[in-house]
Amino acid sequence: MSGGTTLENANPVIFQRSGERLLADTDADEDVHDPIDDREIFDLIRSINDPEHPLSLEELNVLEQVRVKVNDAESSVDVQFTPTIPHCSMATLIGLSIKVKLLRSLPERFKIDVSITPGTHASEEAVNKQLADKERVAAALENSSLLEVVNQCLTNKST
Amino acid sequence: MAADSALLLSLVEEYVSGLQDSKAKDTATAVKNGEFTVLQLVEALGLSLTSSQPHTRARGVQLLSEVLHECYGGLTEKEVEVLLVFYENRLKDHHVITPPVLQGLRALTKCTVLPPGSAVSMLRSLFQDVHVQSLMLTERAYVYNMLINLMAIREAELKGLGPDFVFGFVQSMDGERDPRNLLLAFQIAKGIVLRGYDLGKFTEELFEVTSCYFPIDFSPPPNDPHGITREELILTLRDVLAGTPRFAEFLLPLIIEKLDSDVQSAKLDSLQTLTACVSQYEHKDLAEFLEGLWASLRREVFQTSSEKIESAGLAAVTAITSCLSRSVLNSDSEDSLSTFLELVLKDCTHHLCEPDLKLVWPSAKLLQAACSASFRASCVITAATMPSLIEQYTNRAQCSQRRTLLEVVQKFIQSVKTCQTSESEDSVFVAFRPSLCSMVFSALTETNSSLQVTACSVLTSLAQQPGLLLDSDIELAVDHLTRLLLTEQDHTVSVAVVECAGALAELHPAAFISNFIPRLKTEMFSEPIDQDNNRAESEQLSHHAVRQRCLSALAAVSIKPSVVQESTPVLLQVLSAAHTGGFSVEEVVLACRSLQRIAEQVPDSEETGRCFHDVIIPRLLSLALQAALQGEDGNRSPLLEEAVLSSMVPIISTSCSRLQPTLALQTASRAVSLFLDGDVSFLPDNSFPSNIQLLKQHSWTQTQMVCLLVGCVCSLPRSVEVPRVDELLSALEEMSCSALHPLSYTSAAKCLSGLLNKKPHGDSLDSRIHSTMKRVCRELDSSSSSVHTQAFTLMIWVAKALLLRYHPLFPALTDKLFSLLDDAALGPLAADGFSLLMSDSPDILNRGCHADVRIMYRQRFFSENSAKLVQGFNAAPQEKKPNFLKALSNIVNKLPKQVQLTELPALLSLLLEALSCPDLGVQLSTLSCLQPVLVDPPPSLIQQLEALIGRLLALTGSPDMEVRISSLRCIHAVSQFPEHEILPVRARVLRALARPLDDRKRLVRREAVHARNDWFLVGS
Repeated sequence: MSGGTTLENANPVIFQRSGERLLADTDADEDVHDPIDDREIFDLIRSINDPEHPLSLEELNVLEQVRVKVNDAESSVDVQFTPTIPHCSMATLIGLSIKVKLLRSLPERFKIDVSITPGTHASEEAVNKQLADKERVAAALENSSLLEVVNQCLTNKST
Repeated sequence: MAADSALLLSLVEEYVSGLQDSKAKDTATAVKNGEFTVLQLVEALGLSLTSSQPHTRARGVQLLSEVLHECYGGLTEKEVEVLLVFYENRLKDHHVITPPVLQGLRALTKCTVLPPGSAVSMLRSLFQDVHVQSLMLTERAYVYNMLINLMAIREAELKGLGPDFVFGFVQSMDGERDPRNLLLAFQIAKGIVLRGYDLGKFTEELFEVTSCYFPIDFSPPPNDPHGITREELILTLRDVLAGTPRFAEFLLPLIIEKLDSDVQSAKLDSLQTLTACVSQYEHKDLAEFLEGLWASLRREVFQTSSEKIESAGLAAVTAITSCLSRSVLNSDSEDSLSTFLELVLKDCTHHLCEPDLKLVWPSAKLLQAACSASFRASCVITAATMPSLIEQYTNRAQCSQRRTLLEVVQKFIQSVKTCQTSESEDSVFVAFRPSLCSMVFSALTETNSSLQVTACSVLTSLAQQPGLLLDSDIELAVDHLTRLLLTEQDHTVSVAVVECAGALAELHPAAFISNFIPRLKTEMFSEPIDQDNNRAESEQLSHHAVRQRCLSALAAVSIKPSVVQESTPVLLQVLSAAHTGGFSVEEVVLACRSLQRIAEQVPDSEETGRCFHDVIIPRLLSLALQAALQGEDGNRSPLLEEAVLSSMVPIISTSCSRLQPTLALQTASRAVSLFLDGDVSFLPDNSFPSNIQLLKQHSWTQTQMVCLLVGCVCSLPRSVEVPRVDELLSALEEMSCSALHPLSYTSAAKCLSGLLNKKPHGDSLDSRIHSTMKRVCRELDSSSSSVHTQAFTLMIWVAKALLLRYHPLFPALTDKLFSLLDDAALGPLAADGFSLLMSDSPDILNRGCHADVRIMYRQRFFSENSAKLVQGFNAAPQEKKPNFLKALSNIVNKLPKQVQLTELPALLSLLLEALSCPDLGVQLSTLSCLQPVLVDPPPSLIQQLEALIGRLLALTGSPDMEVRISSLRCIHAVSQFPEHEILPVRARVLRALARPLDDRKRLVRREAVHARNDWFLVGS
């Protein structure tokens, strides 16, 4: 294809989006406490945009609900994501976007772990290490051009 | 005369040497009034025009030009000729004289008496002696205006100039940079291109000189003093470039080049220009660029991230295909349509074989875009794609893949629909009918619900292809639909099935009458077998669900009168069976809804009118009456329930308002005599006692039947007069002030207001209103009265009836209502009453019921009363203030947004006050009134940002979750305010929003997450 930039993976497999969470009867009941559950965390991050396709991470199967674990009582979240190809250069950026989205959307008490699904990326360890390093994440977000790219992934498409 | 010439001389002197510009105006006025002639002016100017100082000469010419600009209408042909010779000659003079000369020439081009041949000579000297682009902005505009004027009145002469004219124009505009002048220049170019001027060998020059501005990139200055918009420039330039096929060889390469651009707007403009130009072209203009165009278009659709560009690209593909299909072929030229389609097919079909991958949809859309362009194209493309799609469907086992394939097929069927023009042509799908049918039917038998849903929509599209499906296919389809309806639990499937059945029944009613309706009827009336208790409960539930689906399906299929004749008896039978307890209240309500929907959708014909007015309505009244007479003892009939009765009302009122006015009148007079005299002769199964008095009974089971009367008499067209209306009004007034049952007195009040609203102006109406008001005030003012609520209800409904028709007696009622806001007992009720006054009621007093509703009655009410309300608020004691705030937010809430925006500044402080009012209801209604305003905030609101944010953040900690949710939504809306305004509060909002992230309710957390994430994006 001439002109424009060529994409690393121009024709990826597309997965179906899960619909909106169905409302339970208790949702409107003031007296019932709704704990934060896996689906709620998944809903927070599934609509994050892919950096190079006009598609969400859910549609590319980068995120799946089974790889999202939350423990409300112990205030911990563990998310694993799967890059579309083992050499995906965007893996760090995707991980960072997920992490930032969770940092902004969850109460401070939570400890947030974001990592690559084991065995799905060539430089898995390096990326995981970067994502787990609080100071490096903080430093990355000081970088205004990087922050802009992250914010672009987090901007919701006119919905 | 001498005095005149002295005056003229002094005017000239003051203008030329005194440099007083205002004297030009005076001179012009004098010439216009006939005090001097133009000839005298020229004589007076004599010396200035011949002066050796160029500046003096320029000044002299300028005076003449300014006068001519005002007075060109009064010139004779001879004068024009002389003046032209003079001006043309002056063009050769010193350069400071050129601007006034051009101004004068422009004035002369507006003369209708322009001598023949002068246009040509004028332009020759212009093009020869003036270098347009070294002139100033306004002088360049003079030149363009001259050309525009001449093109309007002397087209033939200009065409006689041949290519010289085009060349002159090209030279004049070459290098133009001001958007105002460009717009003029583009207009001239458009005229040249569209009106068939001879371009000669200057085609490419004209193209170059205009296309160098493509794509337009211009943003008007912020205050936009000239009103030139980017869109205007884009559209005019597009008209020029797309105006003639002679530009094709230059334009198409340019478009291909610009499509490579990274600027989104340039891509979009290029695609739209492409779409516009090919509508003028023939296949030979396009032939050599097809490959390049296709490569660019394919890339745009495959890789784009913008829907706009995608759809513009698809539109271009459609336009190219239809251009190629339209062209007449010579025997020796190759068929460029098939060349192009081959390109498309080569690049796209193989992607259709990978239904999992991203490119399947862009490819399908490209193919469908080409497909929708013409019959020939659709034949070629369906022949190439359908067999492989159908084959894949059979070979692939995964549901998601099959569903994608089905969806692709459906889009193909839909795209073909748009291009089929002549009736005689067979559908392009005839060859695939058997395999398409078997594919759809096999999908309908799958267990996957999304597959079933898609199959239903494919079936609908297939049925809409004229003459495609055979009767046997329809019967099979109806079989499948019935089976799904009766067995499938999934809600989305049953909705899709019902929708599909509705679409099919409109086209093929016979199959539904003979098969569908009888089977549904049998199923609904079959008793669930109850065995042991546990199973019986779940079966009861599923049986209820089946009935629900059957009822809505019956409504959906009843569009053709022949189907209505069959389906409505079944629904009526459900209602009568309810008497004996065969159906639950909920099911009966659904049956009523179905009847209502049928009344809304059937065509208004004699046949359907009779069906409703002669069969259905008498039957409904008779059933309700039977239930009422049985009373509440023993087996209480579901038809006594308020839910059932209020769902019967819209059936009656819909049929009275839209089906057959003469029959509606008959229904109304029957109902009036039933309610006033107890005349039951028109009711079926007539075994009623003869002494019925529905409006005077004390048993609530009978009085509440008055709500059915509302349906019968309040929704008639205004041309139909209700019989015995005064008698009826008295009875209703009596009842609404005395009945104890809420449904009874409310319905009586509603009925009264519906009648008052339509009653013609006059004394009889006024005295009726006076007597009702007297009655109401007496009840309200007497502290011992036990019917305060009743009287208040009557008052508010009467007020509404009068408000809607702008009745002069309405203000008296408003005053009473305002005074009630201070009332300890009725205050809150009165505050809520404002919401009733301002909102449309669904069942009565709306335009559907032919009520007398004046436009903008809400604004009128607001502007007349808002001041009183604010006054009342300020004067009221602290504990009464919430009533006023609630009333205010009820009114503002219902105002149209434009009015809200203009009125808001005055009320803003009051609304902010309302936010800190402890009453939850006030908080909620204020929030809901603020939210839409926040989307497009007026400046006054931005000034109060601090106060607003502070109050909204405080409400996020409210004990009521609705308030928390609405306040978070408002805070979310504030994040879209102009960035520089809200940046200062960003940190504070983000800190405060951390708390609701840990709210105990998930719905609150969701809003908090949305709001906080968007606030994080502020300033990035």
